[in-house]
Amino acid sequence: MDTEIKLPRREKTGIILRYLRGNWGFFVAAITLAYLNTICNAVIPQVIRVTVDSVLDDKAPDLPAFIQGLLPLEGLRATPLRALWAAAGAVVLAALVRGICIYGMRINLAKGSEGFVKKIRDDLYSHILRLSFDWHTAHATGDIIQRCTSDVEVIRTFVCNQLMEVLRTAFVVVLYVGIMLSMNWQLSLVSIAFIPISLLASWVFYGKISSRFLAADEAEGALTTCAQENLTGVRVVRAFGRERFEIDRFGQKNDRFSALWVELGKLLSVYWASGVLLTCLQVMAVIVAGTVAVVNGSITLGDFQAFVIYNSALAWPVRSLGRVLSDMSKAGVSMDRVGYILQASEEQDALDAKAAALGGDIVFDHVTFGYDGQEVLKDVSFTIPWGSTFAILGGTGSGKSTLVHLLDRLYDLGEGQGSITIGGVDIRDMKREDLRRQIGLVLQEPFLFSQTIRENIAATRPGASEDELHRCADIACVDEAITELAEGYETVVGERGVTLSGGQKQRVAIARMLLQNAPVMVFDDSLSAVDAETDAKIRAALKQRMADATVVLISHRVTTLMQADRILVLDGGRVADMGTHTELIARPGIYKEIYDIQMSSDDRALIQEGGEA
Amino acid sequence: MAAFDEKEYTQSFDLNIWKRLLPTVARFKKYAVGMIVFCGLSAVVDVSLPLFQKYAISHFIGGNTLDGLGPFIASYAVGILLMSLLCVTSTRAAMHIEMYMGRDLRRDLFQHLQTLSLSFYNVTPVGYLLTRVMNDTNRIAGNVAWGLMDIADALFYVAGTFIAMLLLDWRLALVVIVIVPVVAALTGWFQPRILHWNRKVRKINSKITGAFNEGITGAKTSKTLVIEDQSIAAFRDLTGTMRASGVRAARLNAVYIPLTLFFSTMAVAIVLLRGGFLVVEQVLDIATLSAFITYAMGIFEPVQNLTGNLAEFIALQASIERVTGLLEEQPQITDTPEVIEKYGDAFHPKRENWEPLEGEIEFKDVTFRYPDGGDNVLEHFSLRIPAGATVAIVGETGAGKSTLVNLACRFFEPTQGQILIDGRDYRERSQLWLHSNIGYVLQSPHLFSGTVRDNIRYGRLDATDAEVEAAARAVSADTVVAKLPNGWDSGVGEGGDRLSTGEKQLISFARAVLADPRIFVLDEATSSIDTQTEQLIQQAIDHLLRDRTSFLIAHRLSTIRKADMILVVRDGKIVEQGTHESLLKARGYYHDLYSKQFAEENAAKVLGA
Repeated sequence: MDTEIKLPRREKTGIILRYLRGNWGFFVAAITLAYLNTICNAVIPQVIRVTVDSVLDDKAPDLPAFIQGLLPLEGLRATPLRALWAAAGAVVLAALVRGICIYGMRINLAKGSEGFVKKIRDDLYSHILRLSFDWHTAHATGDIIQRCTSDVEVIRTFVCNQLMEVLRTAFVVVLYVGIMLSMNWQLSLVSIAFIPISLLASWVFYGKISSRFLAADEAEGALTTCAQENLTGVRVVRAFGRERFEIDRFGQKNDRFSALWVELGKLLSVYWASGVLLTCLQVMAVIVAGTVAVVNGSITLGDFQAFVIYNSALAWPVRSLGRVLSDMSKAGVSMDRVGYILQASEEQDALDAKAAALGGDIVFDHVTFGYDGQEVLKDVSFTIPWGSTFAILGGTGSGKSTLVHLLDRLYDLGEGQGSITIGGVDIRDMKREDLRRQIGLVLQEPFLFSQTIRENIAATRPGASEDELHRCADIACVDEAITELAEGYETVVGERGVTLSGGQKQRVAIARMLLQNAPVMVFDDSLSAVDAETDAKIRAALKQRMADATVVLISHRVTTLMQADRILVLDGGRVADMGTHTELIARPGIYKEIYDIQMSSDDRALIQEGGEA
Repeated sequence: MAAFDEKEYTQSFDLNIWKRLLPTVARFKKYAVGMIVFCGLSAVVDVSLPLFQKYAISHFIGGNTLDGLGPFIASYAVGILLMSLLCVTSTRAAMHIEMYMGRDLRRDLFQHLQTLSLSFYNVTPVGYLLTRVMNDTNRIAGNVAWGLMDIADALFYVAGTFIAMLLLDWRLALVVIVIVPVVAALTGWFQPRILHWNRKVRKINSKITGAFNEGITGAKTSKTLVIEDQSIAAFRDLTGTMRASGVRAARLNAVYIPLTLFFSTMAVAIVLLRGGFLVVEQVLDIATLSAFITYAMGIFEPVQNLTGNLAEFIALQASIERVTGLLEEQPQITDTPEVIEKYGDAFHPKRENWEPLEGEIEFKDVTFRYPDGGDNVLEHFSLRIPAGATVAIVGETGAGKSTLVNLACRFFEPTQGQILIDGRDYRERSQLWLHSNIGYVLQSPHLFSGTVRDNIRYGRLDATDAEVEAAARAVSADTVVAKLPNGWDSGVGEGGDRLSTGEKQLISFARAVLADPRIFVLDEATSSIDTQTEQLIQQAIDHLLRDRTSFLIAHRLSTIRKADMILVVRDGKIVEQGTHESLLKARGYYHDLYSKQFAEENAAKVLGA
């Protein structure tokens, strides 16, 4: 399946705009405050300029008329001390306002960016959970996780850091260049000339070097894999005495990774140094040209001071902008990868789906179904009477799990594939959630969440009482085992906790299903890891306490099967036989054969068997 | 295995932990010294650059002349060039230290891990070890190299600026110097807190990754239980915590950055006020004031860097402790010096002194308890296995069937008693001697990334292609190869994940055949394998059992029946022992197990599974 797609630019923008919704305010505030900060920054050199020219020297303050009108700039030279205090005060005031702006900008940016990324994550998560089972089987978990984490992070960086950085730097350039031009355009040109040079230099450099970064990343990946395989396969390594070989292999990959980075580092060091060189040259050029201009009398000493400050304040942001611009190109790929998940369609009920309460016989009517063009079920018809216990016997690949998947609507039958009805209502006309809530399903290899046992059992009804919890655990014959654990029901299971045995897991899953209180219960070979004795105990308890339930049992054990009201034998996707236990053992067939084997496996036969071997 | 608890690491600064890193750092003395010297020189040039500005104002502008502008530009340019060159050399030195120190740490750690006992691996998750080998070493190397460089750079620059300011005008210099400790103190207060919150954010972030993983792997279960809404709500809570913590971490920075910036601007204001006054008084010229403003504006960033880098550097202690702690972990099973003297160690074997191994194994009054505690699982156990015999070990999943194999292979040693191989205590010979004679096929066979050929050759590294192929044919692994696009040179994927379990088993059988071991261990797969492959595997097992002392951790009757001797394990202990017939006649636990297995296998046969 092709999971790499390319979204048109309009759709990419659409995705970003969708997740910015509700966070616009933060971003607008952040940008506004960033601009205000830039303006404050621009004020300080002006204060220095006026001070140098009109306080320490006796030139008339050269400022636009409206500012002249606002400030008492007359006779600065006459009262130098007062003027100096005023200048220092102005600088402090600008710094104060700037500080508040930076604070506000950062907070708003953080809120906006966290809100933005939360929206994407939440949406992805709920979307993934609602995607069809089909979609889940077709995609590798690792790849999806990668898209939901790394790729989302790349998009966040793009929107919240890179885009903001570009907007901010653009304003810095426009404002500072504007101010410099208004002061002296010839001198400004010296500074402006450097902008395209350093922008281009870092853009080209980062564009060129990205393939080397990729190679170094791949080498690191290979190194990690090597270490991981060694650690997971430590028994194999030891058993063959391959320690030396492993060390050499790791050493080679280690050397390669380090060497690639050292090579990359050589280029990077040249790049960094060229950055220093270019920036300092820019400063020098302005100092030299400014000096000449002051000596020629075309600008004042204060202008010169201000120029030097504006010029150096321009140099670094422009330079990092080059890098940002080249990095931004990576975001497109990430948006494609995330967009691929988002555009898959969720499970959806028909508009007129009914919220039906289950009741009535379950009828499979001429059901034919398969995956990838291979038929698994071939024209299967049978009826499960409401309130009865129904057993299914079948080998691997006989289609018994598919029956269960279809009944729970993990897959839907298409046109001409027959139908499944409950109480006469086609299950495709029911709301999925209603149907699933009323069918309790225990899988052969049940999945427990990395939570406490209590949370796992109470998954469908978090508010269930303590009594109910214990009752269900008790029926599933797992209450005692749980109580014996050091932390009892509060024991965390799964990846980050205690590992339960296969049988324990199955029994916890049964307890979980029981708490669901569903009128239909399906056991998909879900007692296979439990010994026959416990199996019988669980079934007896079930029978006693849930007498009204419709139960579907899938099993290999005759002792389990024989207690059902009806038994279906499935072979190669077809109904091979059906009937009660007594009927089935009265005629030759698969069921009879298995019955004979399992029931007559007494000592004599075994010893004979053993004797032959 | 119970949940793995990572031990707590020292919180306060501990010089002894840092000392453990010294031998590694010492290897890069030359580069470190070079890096610091070049950094220092570069800072000196950097500090002197504002003096060009001062000269321009006082000489050219003050004197209203352009005489000597040429030499001025030339020397200015030389200064800049020199600084750039110093920058190239010092960053290259830092990069060299980072990469090669990282490489050495990784190598040492990896090499050391190869010597640690399996008991250690049994209680330590792979993820934990992998993080030590890859991430912690990177962090240490990166921070030592660049941290040292940044600290040196900032230190030299700050010191140089102070000296320059003091020389220019000490009264004005003192004004600036007063602000420095304020900024340093602010950084010192904020940095550890910022680091703390960043760590917290990272932790929540990995929880989110975990939640995605669980949501995706548990999707089917969520659907059948109809708990999507709850699961989504729980996820939203988690991302809500993430947002709150992210904003909280950002708030610290949002306060810290403008605050320090404010104080450094204060310094500029004070210089402007006090310096301006001195200029008016005509005790200071305007060129000096100009240089001062440049210095005052430039000094605070390095001060912040210095303090920030120090905080980050100190936070490195945990990584160092983790890495050196792992390096100091002692293997539980070691060869005695005499053994190493004669047989060599794992890395330098003296194969010429190795005796051939016949394969007789004797447990002599062995008592054994796993090192992580618990009861004795063997008590005064004695058993002699003649060379070439086949021992089957049966019991339910999790009953402790691997214990005997672990002991026989010397993955663990007896707590009391002896294990003799060919009549001699196996501790008298090297581990590698024994391991080189063992062939091991695991339940879930482990393959390495690489080609099929590489994987089979793992059994005997000097085997020719023809020998590799012959070994594969002997166990029908060539049928697997025939299905692959590039034949023998097809990649098997990470951990062999491009092959099915059955196919992986066949490849690992071929690997064992090539090794031609005297002792063969098979941990049989429980998962169902298609009938055809199953038959091939049975044939392969027959081939491998011939003339070798074998241990079979068996699940299938056909395999069990091949054994000369059967050991029955329950709750970690050996409860029955004998031949198939004698055990059946005894009508004990083996009898129960056998009946159950017999019934299920035959049912499966009828169903055509």
